[in-house]
Amino acid sequence: MSKQRELNRFEIRLSGTGGQGILTLGKIMGQVLALDHGFYATQTQSYGPEARGGASRADLVVSSAPISYPKPVSLDLLVALSQEACNLYFCNLKPSGFLLVDTTLVTQTPSNIFWGLPFTSLAKDKIGLPQTMNIICLGALSHFLPFMQFTSVKKALAGVLPAKILAINTKALTLGYSQAKKLYPDASEKWTFSSPMMTESAQ
Amino acid sequence: MATKKRKRKELFALGNEAVVEGALLAGCSFFAGYPITPSTEIAEVMSQRLPFVHDGVFIQMEDEIASMGAIIGASLAGRKTMTATSGPGFSLMQENLGYACMTEVPLVLVNVMRGGPSTGMPTSPAQGDVQQARWGCHGDHPIIVLSACNVQECLEMTIVAFNFAEKYRTPVILLLDEITAHTREKISLPFPDELEILARVAPAMPPEWYISYEETMRGVPPLPPLGSGYRFHVTGLTHDKNGFPTSKPDEVKALMYRQFRKIDQFFYDIQLVDEVQCEDAEIVVVAYGCVARSAELAVHMARERGVKAGFLKLKTLFPFPKSALQPLARQCRTIIVPEMNMGQLSREVKRVNNGLAQVQTINRIDGQIITPSEIFKSIMQA
Repeated sequence: MSKQRELNRFEIRLSGTGGQGILTLGKIMGQVLALDHGFYATQTQSYGPEARGGASRADLVVSSAPISYPKPVSLDLLVALSQEACNLYFCNLKPSGFLLVDTTLVTQTPSNIFWGLPFTSLAKDKIGLPQTMNIICLGALSHFLPFMQFTSVKKALAGVLPAKILAINTKALTLGYSQAKKLYPDASEKWTFSSPMMTESAQ
Repeated sequence: MATKKRKRKELFALGNEAVVEGALLAGCSFFAGYPITPSTEIAEVMSQRLPFVHDGVFIQMEDEIASMGAIIGASLAGRKTMTATSGPGFSLMQENLGYACMTEVPLVLVNVMRGGPSTGMPTSPAQGDVQQARWGCHGDHPIIVLSACNVQECLEMTIVAFNFAEKYRTPVILLLDEITAHTREKISLPFPDELEILARVAPAMPPEWYISYEETMRGVPPLPPLGSGYRFHVTGLTHDKNGFPTSKPDEVKALMYRQFRKIDQFFYDIQLVDEVQCEDAEIVVVAYGCVARSAELAVHMARERGVKAGFLKLKTLFPFPKSALQPLARQCRTIIVPEMNMGQLSREVKRVNNGLAQVQTINRIDGQIITPSEIFKSIMQA
């Protein structure tokens, strides 16, 4: 918790299908941002009554000031892990916001400007365990988000996951981080961090 | 005086998990319930934590009717008890809730509101159980209903719920909604010595002099644990001061009036609200639960545009906090009541308002939270 960036309602949506581990991903991110980095963070969720399949999403609002409304209004970052989620939520992205997709599952993006990594095939081919897909995504996110440090995420992982699956997940985390760094070396400098939430919703 | 600064333990927790933390801090040692979305995490975390509490008992019952029965029994045996449910489970609990009202058994019932009626929308929020919490069980009865709007408040209001239950010897309902229960936020756990934890009144007399439902100053008769040597009879029938059935009008009247009086005469203690920028407000938004957070942002947005808006957050829903609302109704032009039902609490607002200000409602029953911009629009048009 040394010097930290001032954030005014940075809004993230993690979306995909049930069973991909989206809620776990949101929980770990929130925990790192709130407890290790000292931000105010709210994580809300939306999922269907089904155990697997169906739409699933986790929303995060991160801010340096206390958060009143816990849900996002206009997104700074949309992570879409299914084509359906990408189509559905792209319109909620603010003009200066970014889209991150799983290129294995999202074949048609609504815009040419996006970040893409093949999370699902990385999990299958490089790690050998499809369930680690969400942690690979988490590794990539710790590169894309300049206010979320990779080392803190790695540390937090040990507190959240059971010991027997920790090693493989740490490997997945590192893979995601290095892949993102290789493909998009300057991604974390592209943020504008303007959050005209007040003016936008008031129109 | 130099005091050593202690650091509170911080957690990134769900509203439901905060309820459990609050309950354990308040001294809850018995939980019986039947898991149901979106209140499942309360039962889940209780089952993990209670075995490590001194004498802690967790039971998963066969249904909600039995769950209420179990916590009433455990409470009479001297435990601080709680159950948690949602949607249809709350309906099933009503019969035994009435029994707890009549026999004046302290307990806490957490109801996480979801879309209804019937199975409805298990994973979507609503605020449709507000009047059911007040009038769900049959017969005329007093009851305390509380609500919480964020995760830290879930913890605090659970402690308040236990304190009210013990202090007034009554069931207390804590109404949450799917959003509050399923939001994760940072909370800080208070140290046990920072909290005021109340216990029920124990009899001061020897067992042979004890009269179980005797009239007292506060209207709250002392309640010894069953099996401690004090003998008393418990019945759902109207009873005399010895706890045995009676239908003599004077005895029934004394019983019922005392039950109402023990809550009524402490309105000032029970009615909890938060006022934000209400001093000079011309438009007041009255909200509770997750919608209160939308209202707070909407009022903030209106103030930025120079509109004199204020915000009254209700933490106690019943007995309805009329002494907080009445002065505001005299002062302001318009009261806006956003809620995720067709107007259950706005009835109370209109009743207390009694024609003083104009009351507008914003209602939504599609399983979506009322957004700040919806409330903001109403403020600007009012």
